[in-house]
Amino acid sequence: MAIIEVKDLSYKYPGSSKYALRDISLNIDEGEFVVITGPSGCGKTTLCRCFNGLIPHFYGGEFIGDVIVNGMSVKNTPITILSKYVGMVFQDPESQLFSLNVEREVAFGLENLGLDREEIRFRVNEVLELMGISHLRNRAPFELSGGEQQKVALAACLAMRPKILVLDEPTSHLDPVSAYSLLNLLNELKNKLKLTVVIVEHRLEALVAVCDKLIIMNEGKIVFNEDSKTVFSKENINSIKGIGIGIPKVVELYHNLLNSGFTLRNIPLSPKMFKEYLLEVVRK
Amino acid sequence: MIEVHDLWFYYDSNPVLKGVSLEINSGEIVAIMGENGAGKTTLIKHFNGLLKPKRGYVKVFGIDTRYATVAQLSRRVGLVFQNPDHQLFAETVEEEVSFALKNFGFPKEVISERVERVLKLLDLYDLKDRSPFTLSGGERRRVTIASVLCYDPDIIIFDEPTVGQDYMQKEKLAQLIKLLHTRSKTVIVVTHDVEFVAENFPRVILLSSGRIIADGSTRKILTDEDLMKKANLVLPQVTQIAYLLHEFGIPKDLLLVHEIRDSILKIFAGEKL
Repeated sequence: MAIIEVKDLSYKYPGSSKYALRDISLNIDEGEFVVITGPSGCGKTTLCRCFNGLIPHFYGGEFIGDVIVNGMSVKNTPITILSKYVGMVFQDPESQLFSLNVEREVAFGLENLGLDREEIRFRVNEVLELMGISHLRNRAPFELSGGEQQKVALAACLAMRPKILVLDEPTSHLDPVSAYSLLNLLNELKNKLKLTVVIVEHRLEALVAVCDKLIIMNEGKIVFNEDSKTVFSKENINSIKGIGIGIPKVVELYHNLLNSGFTLRNIPLSPKMFKEYLLEVVRK
Repeated sequence: MIEVHDLWFYYDSNPVLKGVSLEINSGEIVAIMGENGAGKTTLIKHFNGLLKPKRGYVKVFGIDTRYATVAQLSRRVGLVFQNPDHQLFAETVEEEVSFALKNFGFPKEVISERVERVLKLLDLYDLKDRSPFTLSGGERRRVTIASVLCYDPDIIIFDEPTVGQDYMQKEKLAQLIKLLHTRSKTVIVVTHDVEFVAENFPRVILLSSGRIIADGSTRKILTDEDLMKKANLVLPQVTQIAYLLHEFGIPKDLLLVHEIRDSILKIFAGEKL
């Protein structure tokens, strides 16, 4: 069942002469793991701002069409209600953090939900543990490294137990091992809590193998919305390169070999998959 | 050109840098990599005197940074910060970029000529009258790069320049680094982006928990699983494939797509045909 429905959406920021989103229609099912990518300025962040009502309620502007989240039209639902269901972590974690220590930062949203002390304490401990940042609980967010701040922002968001998690470049400041473990964690949460995960990201290497759908945007429109293998197929690869999407090396290698007359059964999305497909060909 | 000797630094009581020594020569292109909190940003802040060693010394162009001011050093060492919002303050992009030049007392004509060139180089010319704060994250980052490039320092240091940049901008950044290299600039980049380093940097300095654990050729370091693990990095994807196929005779030290393609064709195409 679709938990996010975008219907013929066009959107223009106030004062702007150009539509940031142009006639977008899109369904995201409950429990899906979706990656949105595209060149800077393609509208991916703008689209995400519609999912928790920041657009149109906070940003204003011209909003045509509709976005239905968890059965509610974002046009008619205040951000305070939507944010119970949609957790959002911004690109720049620093702009989101304001408390003087990590524990208070994570507890803030929970206090606003009116939860009792025990429940707050429990959830704070739970997410700090989950994110592996318990040791930072008494530190001030502004003195943490970019990667640590990113984890704190995500912890604060997860503590609210949203149904939908929208993350704008959540791994940009993380070192690769932390980035991979975060993605694994999100995948786990998705399965365990039926969480719907929407990630905006430029670096696709670690994501294409775990996501259910890969959405590619360009100039305010959705160009592709399929599983990763279909998106990266022979028919599509040149137009994707033309848009300026960083193709994962393993996919690039597949197409490189194909051009040299060496064909694998399908498009590998990880080194492991590559080996599997290669051995099928070689063993024949 | 940069000489770091037994550098120790701590913010409160916990040491962030624990006896770092290194040398970077004029015209080199170097990537500094390591896990979150390894001390990378702390290290580069010593190169223009923003931070002073608690023990040991840092010499830049032979000048001991302990006895020099940031103002003296920053004329020749440009640092592009990780978070553009820490650096931006002017009303328009053009003002922002020309600020340092005005401060250094350049004549008007030189300023406007240089600013125009740098803005065009970084695809910012059309945005020159906009406020930096209304720009996207990627655009703001390019403004910070422009404001450093325009006063033409000898050493340019980028802290995580690929964060938030799309593929095209990353390609342009790579070209920019090559261009700076041809102009004999020294370029130092702090990054986690293994693929970016594999394609563009000949030398890597690997930092972990405040110590240098490796310093040498990119090929050697980026394809060394144990070293990379220690610094919380993952092998480049091509190298990961090479490791998986090593049992069939593919060398482990491959970094680039065309290298592994050729190796696979050599070893497997014969069997297939």
